[in-house]
Amino acid sequence: MSNITIGEIVRGDREIFPPYLYEAYQSTRRRAPTLPLVDVPLTLSELTGPGPAISAVTPEDADLTRNAGTGGEAIGQRIIVAGRVLDDRGNPVSNTLLEIWQANAAGRYLHRRDQWPGPLDPNFLGMGRCLTDGEGVYRFLTIRPGAYPWKNHTNAWRPAHIHFSLFGPSTISRLVTQMYFPGDPLHAIDPIMQSVPMEAARQRLIATYDHNITEPEWALGYHWDIVLRGPYATPFELARLEETIEEVAQ
Amino acid sequence: MNASLLTGSQTVGPFFSPSLLREGASRNVLTEPATVGERIRIEGRVLDGDGAPVPDAMVEIWQADADGHYNHPADSRPGIDFTGYGRSGTSEDGGYWFETIKPGPVPFDAQQMQAPHVVVTVFSRGLLNHLVTRLYFADEPATDSDPVLGYVPDERRPTLLARRETKGTIAIYRFDIIMQGTGETVFFNL
Repeated sequence: MSNITIGEIVRGDREIFPPYLYEAYQSTRRRAPTLPLVDVPLTLSELTGPGPAISAVTPEDADLTRNAGTGGEAIGQRIIVAGRVLDDRGNPVSNTLLEIWQANAAGRYLHRRDQWPGPLDPNFLGMGRCLTDGEGVYRFLTIRPGAYPWKNHTNAWRPAHIHFSLFGPSTISRLVTQMYFPGDPLHAIDPIMQSVPMEAARQRLIATYDHNITEPEWALGYHWDIVLRGPYATPFELARLEETIEEVAQ
Repeated sequence: MNASLLTGSQTVGPFFSPSLLREGASRNVLTEPATVGERIRIEGRVLDGDGAPVPDAMVEIWQADADGHYNHPADSRPGIDFTGYGRSGTSEDGGYWFETIKPGPVPFDAQQMQAPHVVVTVFSRGLLNHLVTRLYFADEPATDSDPVLGYVPDERRPTLLARRETKGTIAIYRFDIIMQGTGETVFFNL
């Protein structure tokens, strides 16, 4: 499989964010912009975002093993996935929403476009959401997802993963990403994971097995921390922003 | 752990809709009966480099209220009851839509205001990072002197202008998002 990157257009940190055009991942070829992203100054529009308001009103639903509403329990190896959401200065991002989705234990999504012959599990929807606590800690109970085939290239299989969507505090902290499991031989031949340029940044997408997160006689445990950009607004900076707003308003 | 190393982006893939667009998670309608402001409908299509509709995209918007206030701790002016956040899937023809209000102008710096605008974010299979752009109002006089639009090459600015159409009683602003190729929408490095 080719790892050649032919896209030059990337977001901010080109060692961490994949290029938009990544030849080995075929769906990028007609969906990647071809003109340079335009650099703009950060304004109130980018230093704010829906995260705080949305997080305050979204109900939590962090147990994917029982949230199908059937009264039954999902089949698969029960796991707890937990960690912290931090900003890039190491500060916890508290009370922020995480939305996740994943395939079932057999590698099948409950989605009309997923038609490979893996079995569906009537007791598993594969979706959940929770908020971080005051220390930025989140925790989901789910089952370990299976790998699944996709038609990107001949005999292509996605490594087991869980999709994560986070808002964080601002427009610039918005992140959609995927968490992978340690020791999976499919990592090295997965174009989506390999699209992340730097090895250390790819490693950051892999959870670690953590026996401290397990529950005896119940579930295994994985630890995965997420680091969001910004908001670059300390209390001092926020005070300056407010002064500016007041000056403009007068 | 190196706390400064950001977590990289990965695509939403093709199977996000049961989670991200489930009831209560998709938000096409931003207004409530008591919301203050001019009712508008934003609609458009997401198109790929072949001009083909993208039926598996997700479009999010973020905007100020009619007075130019964001519902956010960094914009700590009182009395905001408008969330200003929307999330729409796309249909088989690539179409997305929102019912909202026209936002007011928001500050740029101590000297200048920004023209009314809506932050637009696009996710889809094949996008390893989301795309961020802005919708401006073509019939808004302040748009021409907007300080952020000033960073956009002249010839590309029309891709950020939503054009007003009136059908019935509500103003429709049409804003197509062209991911690649002729008429490619301007996306920001955010």
